[in-house]
Amino acid sequence: MTEAGAEPTTTQVLIIGGGPGGYVAGIRAGQLGLDVTVVDAQPMGGTCLNVGCIPSKAIIHAADEFAAARAKTDKPEMGISVAAVSIDLAATMAWKDDIVGRLNDGVTGLLKRAGARVIAGRAELIDGKTARVTTNDGEALTIAAEHVVIATGSAPIELRHLPFGETAFGAVISSTEALALDHVPERLVVVGGGYIGLELGEAFAKLGSAVTVVEAEQQILPLYDRRLTMPLGRKLKRLGVEVLTGARAIGLDPTGLLVEVGGADYGNERRTLPADRVLVTVGRRPVTDGWGLENVSLTMNDRFVAIDERCHTSMKNVWAIGDVTGEPMLAHRAMKQGEVVAEAIAGEPTVFDARAIPAIVFTDPEIVSVGLGPDEAADELGSIGVEVVEGRFSLAANGRSMTLRPDQNASAADAGFFRILARADNHLVVGIQAVGQGVAELAAAFGLAVEMGARLEDIADTIHAHPTVGEGLAEASAASLGHAIHG
Amino acid sequence: MSETQTTNGESATGSSSTGGSSTGSFVVKVPDVGEGVAEVEIVSWSVGVGDTVARLQTVAEVMTDKATVEVPSPVDGVVAELGGAVGDVLLVGSPLIRLGLGGGSGSPRDAQPAAAKPPPPERPRRQSEAADREADQGDDGKEEGREEGGGEGTAEHEETGDASAVRSTPRPPGVQARPHATGAPMSSNEPQPARGATSASTRGRVTPPSRTLDGKVLATPAVRRRARENGLDLRRVGATGPAGRVTHQDLDAYLAAHSESGIAVGGPPGAAVAARVARTGVTESPLIGLRRRIAQQMVASTSTIPHITYVEEVDMTALEELRATLNRRVQGDDTQTRLTLLPFLVRALTNVLADFPQFNAHLDDSEGGSGSGDGGPDVLRVYESVHVGIATQTDNGLIVPVLRHAEAHTVWSAANAIAEVTEATRTGRASAEDLSGSTITISSLGALGGIVSTPVINKPEVAVVGVNKMAVRPVWNEAAGQFTPRKMMNLSSSFDHRVIDGWDAANFVQALRAQLEQPALLFVDPIPGDSP
Repeated sequence: MTEAGAEPTTTQVLIIGGGPGGYVAGIRAGQLGLDVTVVDAQPMGGTCLNVGCIPSKAIIHAADEFAAARAKTDKPEMGISVAAVSIDLAATMAWKDDIVGRLNDGVTGLLKRAGARVIAGRAELIDGKTARVTTNDGEALTIAAEHVVIATGSAPIELRHLPFGETAFGAVISSTEALALDHVPERLVVVGGGYIGLELGEAFAKLGSAVTVVEAEQQILPLYDRRLTMPLGRKLKRLGVEVLTGARAIGLDPTGLLVEVGGADYGNERRTLPADRVLVTVGRRPVTDGWGLENVSLTMNDRFVAIDERCHTSMKNVWAIGDVTGEPMLAHRAMKQGEVVAEAIAGEPTVFDARAIPAIVFTDPEIVSVGLGPDEAADELGSIGVEVVEGRFSLAANGRSMTLRPDQNASAADAGFFRILARADNHLVVGIQAVGQGVAELAAAFGLAVEMGARLEDIADTIHAHPTVGEGLAEASAASLGHAIHG
Repeated sequence: MSETQTTNGESATGSSSTGGSSTGSFVVKVPDVGEGVAEVEIVSWSVGVGDTVARLQTVAEVMTDKATVEVPSPVDGVVAELGGAVGDVLLVGSPLIRLGLGGGSGSPRDAQPAAAKPPPPERPRRQSEAADREADQGDDGKEEGREEGGGEGTAEHEETGDASAVRSTPRPPGVQARPHATGAPMSSNEPQPARGATSASTRGRVTPPSRTLDGKVLATPAVRRRARENGLDLRRVGATGPAGRVTHQDLDAYLAAHSESGIAVGGPPGAAVAARVARTGVTESPLIGLRRRIAQQMVASTSTIPHITYVEEVDMTALEELRATLNRRVQGDDTQTRLTLLPFLVRALTNVLADFPQFNAHLDDSEGGSGSGDGGPDVLRVYESVHVGIATQTDNGLIVPVLRHAEAHTVWSAANAIAEVTEATRTGRASAEDLSGSTITISSLGALGGIVSTPVINKPEVAVVGVNKMAVRPVWNEAAGQFTPRKMMNLSSSFDHRVIDGWDAANFVQALRAQLEQPALLFVDPIPGDSP
C-alpha cells in the first residue's frame, strides 16, 4: 500500500456521510468548536437533497402547475382558460437541478462557515478510530479520529427479479432515475404503493404518463389507516391512475411488467402491464456495506446499527445517526440526531427524546401524520385502560380550502379532513392527522402540539388565523370536546 | 370576541330534581349509594368548570367506606360549579356539582360560574385548583381578580338572579377572559378542612409527573433540556402543569429548594451523567380516598385493640407435595384456578375454627368503649359463618376482599372464588359486598413475606393470620440422625388480647400447624367427641 508510511490526517470527529444527519452533525460539531471532517462521495445533502425529498418536491410542483394549466385547456376554471400547454421535461429537470445545486452549495458553505472540513470521497473504516478515504480525485488518505459518526443513510431496495437497468421495453428504474428522466414516459408502472411510489406516480400521471400502481397489500399507503388514504385513492382514480392492490410483481416480459393479481375474486390472474419504465419503490434499506462495517464490531438491531438515546453505538466513541440506525427513515429524524450526536460528543448532556416525528406524504391531496393513528391509539391506550377521544373536521367546510379548489363539484369527502386523537382521561393529545390540499405545512403545528404535551383545550382555545386551512386543527379539537363551530 | 355571557340559573338552583328550564341550572346531589352510607368523599373529578357534560357522563368519583362509585350526570349541561375539592367529604344529598343548562348564544366554555346561595364563610377551598390553572396560564393575578371578581366578592349581587346584571367589562384587545375556578363554593353542611398554606398550595396541586405511553416524562422540550442541563431527573420533579406536565415553575421550585442546601444540584458542564446531589424537596399530598380509610382503620385497630402476636414455624413439605400433585391434575384446565397456599390455609382455618369458635368473631366495643367504664358492656359476636378476609395489595393500597362462607367451600372452589374476588379488587370492580363482612383475616405477602410480621387486626375482628415466606431450611431429623432439607414457613398471627388469652392463641396456632403439617387432617372428618 502506497500510503502505508504516510502520516495519517487527524481529526476529532470523522463523519461518514454528508446527508441530513451527517451535514447537520458536521455544522453543529463545528459550532461547538470541535475539529470535524465530513466525507461523502456525493455533493453535500445526501439522498434527501440530491435524489430524494427536494428534487421530488420540485417535480411534484412542476407537475401540479402543468396539470393545473392543462385542465384549463379543456374548459375554463376560475374564469381562466389556457390556449395550449406543453412541457419540456429536460428543461424542468434543469430547473430542478439548479435548485439542488444551490442547496448543495449552501450546505457546503454552512459547513465551511462552521469550520468543518469537507472531503469529497469514500471512507472505509479500518477500525473504530481509523478510516481509509479515497477521494473523488483518486487520492488515498488515512484519517485517524477520536470519534466516528456513521451517517451512511439508505438506498432503494432492488428486487432480485426486477433488477434496475435497461430492458427490452425500456428500463427498470429507482426513484433516483425517475427524478432524472429527460422525457415523460408514455406508460409508467410503479411497483410499491408507499409514499415514494405514489408521490412520483401521481406526478408523472399529471405530466401525462399512463400510470399503474402495483401494491402487494390490500391498500395503498398500508402504514396509514384507510380513512386517511381514501381521498388520495379517489384523486388517483380521477387522474386515471390504475391502482392494483393485492397484486404481486413477478417479473418482466418483453413489453412490460408481469403481475399476479391475487385474491379469490381475481383467481390469481396473471397480467402483463405494458410499460416504458417500471419504477420500483418497495422501500429503502440501510447502507451497511461499503464503509467497513466488517472491520468494526457493532451490535446490530435487525438490519440497522443499534444506538442508544445519545446515538452511541456499542463501540466506544463510534456513533451512528439517520437511516442506517432505523425507522422512520426520515430526513428530519436524522437532522435532530445530527444535532444530538454533535452535542453528545462535545460532552453536553443531550439525548434524542423526541415525542413527535411528523410524517408527510406529498401527494395530491397531501397527508400528514404525527403521533399515534386511531388504531394504535386504541391499542396502546386501551392496554392501560384509557379511552381515546377523537375529533374530526372536514375541509369541505373550510373557506380557505374552497378557494384553493377549482372544482367545487368534487365530493365533500375528497376535500380531506383533520383528525385529532387524545386521551379521554386528561385530554392529552396523542396523535394528529390530516389529508387535504396544503396540509403538509401544518406538520409544524401538529408536531409542536404533540411535542409540547398539548391538551385538546390548549388547541381549541388557541386562536387560529382565518381564513386558513389550519383552522381545521382548532375545529377538530373543538369537535372532540363537543363544541365545533363549523363542523 | 363576543361578550362573555353568564347563564344565570338561580331560578332553578336549589331544586335539584327538576331541570325544566332550558336556560337554568341543575344541581346534581350526592347520591344515596345505599348501605346506610351518610357521607362520601370526593375521589376525583372527571370534569372541570366550563366543561360540557353529556347526559349519563361520569362527572365525579366518590368513595364510601370502601367502594368507589361513579356519579353520572342526569342531564346535558355545562359545569358551572363543583361542590368541593378532591378529598372533601360531603353528606349524602348535598350539592355535588352545578350544571348550566342551555346556554344562549355564548359558547359553553364562556359560561361563568355563578355564585350559589348563601355565601358561606369565605375559605379558599378550591385554591389549589385555581392556582393550578394560574400556573398553567401565567395569568396576571390582578387581571384575573378584576375580570373574574364574581367569586366571593359579588356573590350577593349575583344572587339576585338578575340576568342583566352580568358583567360585560370591555377588555383591552388581546386580553381574553378565561372561565375560572374561583366561584364561591356551594354551601355544605360539612365543615371543610382548610388547605395548608404551603409552597405546594401557591404553586397548585403537585403530583408525580405524567408519563407518555413509552414512559417518558410529560414536559415541553425546553423544560426537558433545562432539566438535562441541570443534571436533573425529571421523574423526581413534582408536576403542577396540565395533565401532570412538568412546567418551568416546577423546575424553578425544585432548583430553588435544592440550591438552598448549598450543594450543587447539577454536575459540571459537559457531564453526561448526573452527579449525585443532595435532595431537599418535599412533596405534599393529602391522604385521601382509600389511603385515608386505611389510615383511619389502622389507627382504630391499634389504638383500641391490645394485640398479642404469636409466631410459630410450620413444616410445609407435605402440603407442598400435595399441592403440586393436585395442580398437575388440573394442568391445562382453564376453568380451574391453580391452587395456591391460600385455599389450604382457608380449609385449615375452617377446620380449626370449629374447635375455636371465639376466634371467628367481632368484638363490638362501640357501646361502652372498652376500658373506659362508661356506657354498656362490649359485645362479642361469635359467627358460625366463616367469611375470610384476604388482605390484598392494589395500586391504590391495601384492600381486604372477602371469601364468603369459606366453611362451605372445597379447596378447588375456594381457589376460584379467591382468585375472582382478589382480581375484582385489584381492577377496582369489587362490589361493597365483596369488600365487607369478614370475620377473620389472612394476610400474606407471598415471597415478600419475610420471617416474622406483626399483622394488624382488621377491626372489629379478633384474629388475623399472617403468612411469612416459605424457604427450604435444614431441620434435624432425629430418626435419621442428620439434618434434612424441609420447606419451612412461619405463621405470625395477632389476636385481640381483650378476648383471647395467650394460652388459647397458642393452642389455636398449634392446631393450625397440625393441619398444615399433616395435610390429610385437612380432609378428615372430625373425630367424634374429640376436643382440644
